[in-house]
Amino acid sequence: MASKARKIVINPVTRIEGHAKVTIRLDENGKVDKARMHIVEFRGFERFVQGRMYWEAPVIVQRLCGICPVSHLLCASKAMDIVAGVDKLTPTAEKMRRLLHFGQTYQSHALHFFHLSAPDLLLGYDADPAIRNVIGLAVEHTELAVQAVKMRKWGQEIIKATSGKKIHGTGSIPGGFNKNLSIEERDFLLKDVDQMIQWAVDGLNLYKELYMKDIDTLGPLGSFESNDVSIVREDGALDIYDGKLRARDKDGNDIFDMVEPVEYYKYIKEGVRNWSYMKFPFIVSLGQEKGWYRVGPLSRVNNCDFIDSPIAEKERQEFKALGKGRPVHSTMAYHWARLIETVHSAEKIKELLGDPDLQKDDLLLTGERRPEGIAIIEAPRGTLFHHYRVDENDQITMANLIVSTTSNNQPMNESVRIVAEQYLEGEKITEPLLNLVEVAIRAYDPCLSCATHAVGQMPMHVTLIDADGNMLDEKVRD
Amino acid sequence: MDKIAIIIDGKEVEAKAGQTIMETAIAAGIYIPHLCYQEELAPGGHCRVCTVLVNGRPQSSCTHPAAEGMVIDNDTPELLEERRRIIEMLFVEGNHICPFCEKQGNCELQALAYRFGMIVPTLPYLHRKIEVDATHPDVFIDRNRCVLCGRCIRASRDVDGKNVFGFEGRGPQKSIALNTKGALSDTQLDAADKAASICPTGSIVVKRVGYAIPYGKRKFDKEPIGSEIEKAK
Repeated sequence: MASKARKIVINPVTRIEGHAKVTIRLDENGKVDKARMHIVEFRGFERFVQGRMYWEAPVIVQRLCGICPVSHLLCASKAMDIVAGVDKLTPTAEKMRRLLHFGQTYQSHALHFFHLSAPDLLLGYDADPAIRNVIGLAVEHTELAVQAVKMRKWGQEIIKATSGKKIHGTGSIPGGFNKNLSIEERDFLLKDVDQMIQWAVDGLNLYKELYMKDIDTLGPLGSFESNDVSIVREDGALDIYDGKLRARDKDGNDIFDMVEPVEYYKYIKEGVRNWSYMKFPFIVSLGQEKGWYRVGPLSRVNNCDFIDSPIAEKERQEFKALGKGRPVHSTMAYHWARLIETVHSAEKIKELLGDPDLQKDDLLLTGERRPEGIAIIEAPRGTLFHHYRVDENDQITMANLIVSTTSNNQPMNESVRIVAEQYLEGEKITEPLLNLVEVAIRAYDPCLSCATHAVGQMPMHVTLIDADGNMLDEKVRD
Repeated sequence: MDKIAIIIDGKEVEAKAGQTIMETAIAAGIYIPHLCYQEELAPGGHCRVCTVLVNGRPQSSCTHPAAEGMVIDNDTPELLEERRRIIEMLFVEGNHICPFCEKQGNCELQALAYRFGMIVPTLPYLHRKIEVDATHPDVFIDRNRCVLCGRCIRASRDVDGKNVFGFEGRGPQKSIALNTKGALSDTQLDAADKAASICPTGSIVVKRVGYAIPYGKRKFDKEPIGSEIEKAK
């Protein structure tokens, strides 16, 4: 072998929602040159909805995913509100949608932290993968594992009470909502709400302790400085259901702010690469090379000016101090921010359950039909864009979805490259390297099934490749 | 003779002169599963789901008149199997994607599949490519979900007096045609017509209703299809 350049491939990457393959390419001096997470799933929902009636879109596109279908249900509903000519929902309909969304965010975040990520944190990054999983967690930390199941269940009960089913329900329809919340449903959810807030706070405290104890390792693990994109409420508050687009650079300065969702395409475009079915969105003013950005809990908590629930706001301020006046860029701080949002979701659920508007019957509005609908929502994993065109027969002619994991595509590649730089020794893929690559990817809570409207495989496959394209090492883990 | 005595599943029931087996059974609180039969319309005899054994011979109960002394088998494992098979064939012939169909929970085809215990079709799907006609401002026809029951044809002809729909083609090519060379918007169909609301599946649907009925309140959410007949007596 003439050249010394190398490539490492990790395939499959485990405990993320979907399947992926990682390639690490070395230069001629044996240093890490590039890292790529290849997405090999094919979906095609943007094509499936073409020709279907516009009110079917929310129920069709939510089937992109079994983890956060509610995000797609709601985002498509919001876009189709516009198509149906409805600019402002009734208070009951909007609050039902918000309750549904907070329920989903709570269960999705709880699942991700406690079941997908906690095994790394509590059992050790170097623990045998055979026990470093949810079963191992249940054996070693039974109480925590059971509590996590109950948290997820409660979130799912909220989804059921609002959308009719725990997965792939209806509820949200263009122009409003199809039911209100009965007193029985309200009381059933209320009886556990304080416990759920407390467990979320306990989870946050647990992570803060783990992070601070090991900050020298976790702080820089797969970390880099990046732009952040999210929606925020008009007053700057964290708002995961509705708001305007804000992008901030690595120093926390605005790249753009208060951009109306309908204008998103002037500010964010999508690029493609020949080695992944996932697209690569970028901020137009910065160009394709420099315009990539992060989304999700870290970006949302960085970008917002405040959080309108008391415990989460106090926690945000403490989190903010980590950045010393700048945004927090630590990849592993995603978990921290995610748990702040878990607390916030539970606090807002309590507030909503106490709101008598949820028992009112004014649910649905109609208006004058429009040809196009664009909406943005903050899914648990980050900013989600839905864009549709509808013809005069009410049939969809075009759909474009930019999902959060797509936005985090380039950041995940960066994290893998940095972990490889930090931990690769020689030409072999060691078990610790494999684990840390997974840990860094997992921090983003990537959901590859919905990110690939283009093709789906993440149990993990990693290959190490030299500058001439020769494979030096390969590890596969199902 | 005004009163006719027949036996259905071992139970003696009374029919009036001119009544079909189906009408007799419904009046007696006996459910004979059916799909193309609709009590407001003349019977069509298209789907054969209501096939029973009359003195041992298969007959469609919606078209067959009751006659003195008939012995009818309806609720037998063999007939259930035949009926399940018919429903299964209808599923694979069309493109019935219940999870996102707005008729889900109110669809008679889906309800029959549940009642018959059809978990998944065992026959291969035909995967036919069929376009939706949504040109009409208030109604769309999606032939992906058509089971050729002909209810729309009978309703338009006999109730609405319009003859908007008819059958064309034979065998696998058979489909619901319009009484125009153009599209649904070129017909006289009105959203208030019987034909616009009588489809047992999601094939002819009034627009912009969508998923307005929440889970738990849809027609077949609480009880299986046929329960209303069985409970009436």
